[in-house]
Amino acid sequence: MTINEKQDEIIDEFDLFDDQLDKTQYIIDIGKKLPPMPESAKTDENRIMGCQSKVWLDAELQGDTIRFYGDSEPTAQVSKGLISLLIRVLSDQKPEDIANADLYFIPRVGMGNLITSLRAGGLASMIERMKAYGRAYSANSVQ
Amino acid sequence: MQTAIAPSLDIQQIRQDFPILDQQINNRPLVYFDNAATTQKPRAVIDALTNYYEGYNANIHRGIHHLAEQATAAFEASRRAMQSFLNAAHWQEIIFTYGTTDGINLVAQAYGRRFLNAGDEIIISGMEHHSNIVPWQMLCEERGCVLKVIPVDEQGDLILDEYDALLSEQTKLVSVVHASNSLGTVNPVKTIIEKAHAAGAVVLIDGAQSSSHLPVDVQALDADFFVCSAHKFYGPTGMGVLYGKTALLEAMSPYRGGGEMIREVTFEKTTYNDIPYKFEAGTPNIADVVAVKAAVDYIGQLSKEAIAAHELELLHYATEQLSEIDGLRIIGQAKEKIGVVSFVMDGIHHQDMGVILDQQGIAVRTGHHCTMPLMHRFGIAGTTRASFAVYNTKDEIDRLVQGIRRVQKMML
Repeated sequence: MTINEKQDEIIDEFDLFDDQLDKTQYIIDIGKKLPPMPESAKTDENRIMGCQSKVWLDAELQGDTIRFYGDSEPTAQVSKGLISLLIRVLSDQKPEDIANADLYFIPRVGMGNLITSLRAGGLASMIERMKAYGRAYSANSVQ
Repeated sequence: MQTAIAPSLDIQQIRQDFPILDQQINNRPLVYFDNAATTQKPRAVIDALTNYYEGYNANIHRGIHHLAEQATAAFEASRRAMQSFLNAAHWQEIIFTYGTTDGINLVAQAYGRRFLNAGDEIIISGMEHHSNIVPWQMLCEERGCVLKVIPVDEQGDLILDEYDALLSEQTKLVSVVHASNSLGTVNPVKTIIEKAHAAGAVVLIDGAQSSSHLPVDVQALDADFFVCSAHKFYGPTGMGVLYGKTALLEAMSPYRGGGEMIREVTFEKTTYNDIPYKFEAGTPNIADVVAVKAAVDYIGQLSKEAIAAHELELLHYATEQLSEIDGLRIIGQAKEKIGVVSFVMDGIHHQDMGVILDQQGIAVRTGHHCTMPLMHRFGIAGTTRASFAVYNTKDEIDRLVQGIRRVQKMML
């Protein structure tokens, strides 16, 4: 699936809920299914700063796509769900597609104040970091 | 804890004075519990701002036209209102600032740089806001002074025996918070001041939180400096007051150079204006200063004692209700508190708590509340904080309790 197909799929899933709290509950439940990130990858280098909660992101090139790993500290369940959604959309995609992705699903799923918490929670920085990986790996492949 | 006096205020009527409160957030009526960060503004304050801009906006003090005179009169009337609000002996002892932070920086620079020297000691407490830590650290770095800290006990009270042990001939300045923004603790500042004076030190009291919740009498306290921010007591943002005793203010160097603070300027030498103008360089924040009188008058109409009694009742009720929630731990159980309840919950990050309470229309603050050393003291990264003002109700506390239970259920 392309990045946009995955985004459309998520939008459809969230359309099932009217209430913001139900959407948040769904995000929390998604977070519980996030594949574990190796403890050894939870380094200061991989830490996304500027958060109230601790959040990490790591990436590796697998063939011609990037695979992302992420996690939050265990109690930060909303952050973990949001990381999980971002990884679902951007992981296993081509570097240039990641770098150029327009993440329209975030406002469309009506995450409302979660977007603010993205800022407080450093999720905006996380998106930026994912795109930076995309740019770095595209640049490498051009060389 | 203190005993609450039955409040005589009509809270529903008071709520009508605050236009912002009548709104829905995420389809639920707003519950505003972030009052320690900033309070909402009554209609009288909003009207004072618009009346100024619509009716008599002009630069103050040296204008000879009608509007300038009117603006100057309103500006100076606010100074008198603040003099009375803090019970200062003289109007000249009220200096307008941009807020508490600005007032502390003014004292650190204008008093500290003039009178503190290498080896002199400054005492602060372990529950200070960063704004009452960093300016002193900067001063210590520049002047070679030493910063000492009064520790905080498990309940959130200052350990006064330790304070006694810190005081010495080297102590030149003590700067402590009157009421903690993170814990709600009301510190025994009168005793702290007496002891500092006995050791020959001057004392600054950070009144950012206390000014809205407790009657403040700078003369009864014998405070040398007292700083506060208008936006914490229903007034506008970007406006605050530094109270200082006349003799100290007169001995201090100016803080900023510019217009207003001078008597005569030549290229060879400038002489400075008298207090308070010596510390008010440049065009001040006239509109917000003018509007602060409306805030002070509003508090006066309700009476500070009645506001304090109402908030105390809310504090007791919230403490009792929140204590019944499994896994919830209140941080800060001092003997005397203002209406601040900070808490942590097993297995739930404060950020998630804040986000999901907001989705239920409840505004709280989460994080370290600009008191990182205090969070370290309690071994936590942050708390969720509900802080009350005169317009809050027990029904709203019930909403908070339900909201927390909902968050708990969602995280299971």
